[in-house]
Amino acid sequence: MKFASFAQFIAMGHHGPFVWSAYAIGTVVVIWNVAAPWLARRRYLQQEARRLRRERQA
Amino acid sequence: MSVLAELLKREVRLLCRRPGELLNPLVFFAIVVALFPLALGAQPQLLQAVAPGLVWVAALLAVLLSLEGLFRSDFEDGSLEQMVLSPQPLALLMLAKVLVHWLFSGLALVLLAPLLGVMLGLPLVCLPVLLASLLLGTPVLSLLGAIGAALTVGLKRGGLLLALLVLPLYIPVLILGSGALQAALQGLPSGGYLLWLASLAALALALAPLAIAAGLRISVAE
Amino acid sequence: MSWTWFHKWGSPKWFYALAGRLQPWLALAAALLLAVGVVWGLAFAPPDYQQGNSFRIIYIHVPAAMLAQSCYVLMALAGVVSLVWKMKVADIAIHCAAPVGASMTALALLTGAIWGKPTWGAWWVWDARLTSMLILLFLYAGVIALGNAIGNRDSAGKACAVLSIVGVVNIPIIKYSVQWWSTLHQGATFSLTEKPAMPAEMWLPLLFTVLGFYCLFGAVLLARMRLALLQREARSGWAQAAVRQALGGGLAP
Repeated sequence: MKFASFAQFIAMGHHGPFVWSAYAIGTVVVIWNVAAPWLARRRYLQQEARRLRRERQA
Repeated sequence: MSVLAELLKREVRLLCRRPGELLNPLVFFAIVVALFPLALGAQPQLLQAVAPGLVWVAALLAVLLSLEGLFRSDFEDGSLEQMVLSPQPLALLMLAKVLVHWLFSGLALVLLAPLLGVMLGLPLVCLPVLLASLLLGTPVLSLLGAIGAALTVGLKRGGLLLALLVLPLYIPVLILGSGALQAALQGLPSGGYLLWLASLAALALALAPLAIAAGLRISVAE
Repeated sequence: MSWTWFHKWGSPKWFYALAGRLQPWLALAAALLLAVGVVWGLAFAPPDYQQGNSFRIIYIHVPAAMLAQSCYVLMALAGVVSLVWKMKVADIAIHCAAPVGASMTALALLTGAIWGKPTWGAWWVWDARLTSMLILLFLYAGVIALGNAIGNRDSAGKACAVLSIVGVVNIPIIKYSVQWWSTLHQGATFSLTEKPAMPAEMWLPLLFTVLGFYCLFGAVLLARMRLALLQREARSGWAQAAVRQALGGGLAP
């Protein structure tokens, strides 16, 4: 650990806002990349399930 | 070879019948250049400093504008399909077509540029470099733009998309062309820039027709 | 030499199954590598003697920038495969890789701007590498726009293939532009011929995050491609079986 305390870790030697905003944006981009295909797949499967159910009833 | 000659004759005749298509990019070029002194103010030093980039950006946009309709009428009347199906190599035919188009619209642009350059306060010693850089650069712009035109010819509103596809590809030419002029303006040798432009032109002449042909095959097949 | 191994890649069914097997491992590797790299880089790597702690942005900026460029090259390679061997899987790869690559380019640009503020004193500097990243973002935008504009899926795939091959000619120019212009940026971070200038405890975490980003890219790309394959092959037997299997017992009346 290169920091003496947690407060110093957050402050990043006066560069805290820069470092943490960069990491926040990075996290958002990674989460979007993971979530977008996952949600799209779920939506497609739900749609297919509805279609199959309709066909079975018909 | 006779097919090529026939195609060249046909293109020349078609372009002569529609002089508006040739004149519009020229007028556009002049208007865009005239907008900048009105927007920036008419101080001679300022205009001279921005002139290299300004002439090049205006020329680039004018070439782009002239290319939107390059394949449009041939696509609509079905002659493009005939060219795609003909036994002649499509890439060669398209190279001829683009070169004829450049000879009429691009070359006129090159010849108009010194006049506008003088109006922006470029010294006369810079004009040969301006001519040489545009002479080497505008064929590259035409060839690259034709790739975009080939890919978007089947689309209803291809104009904006064409700009989106092609403008990023124009950036190296823009950098080298305005760089050459900037160097000449500061009294530095500009030969290196022009040689780079020439090699880009050779590369585009060799490779772009293949991409144009591939793009047209896709658009016609749709 | 037998080419069956290559042509297998053209089979959507085979690719779907293989991607399904690979995906969890890539996701796991990405999670582990990123966790180790980020914690190491943020808390344990020594601060830079000039830039202080702001250099820790490198652990996202450089992987995103590397991935953004590799992704475009991958799209162009897939474009060649699509045009020469007419493989549907390659078309789908271009279509699925473009948004991921664009997001990575945007991430590299944003983190670069944030890093630039404490380092150069300005959010944006028209330096060679930032500018070429911006051009790369425009190139991605072109591929995505062209893919959306063409209605027919097959011709959209082929048109994007042509465009990404044309665009990849720009990637060497992106590289050489670093030499053309004098630049405010640091020199290349990784070089294969020289020893890296950073001490090991600074570049090792970077290696972890770079590998982590590549694994993440692989997992995300495979996930997107599997969905696109299911949608495009919806009429074929294997896709319907795969949908039924994914739905599991949820279909019971």
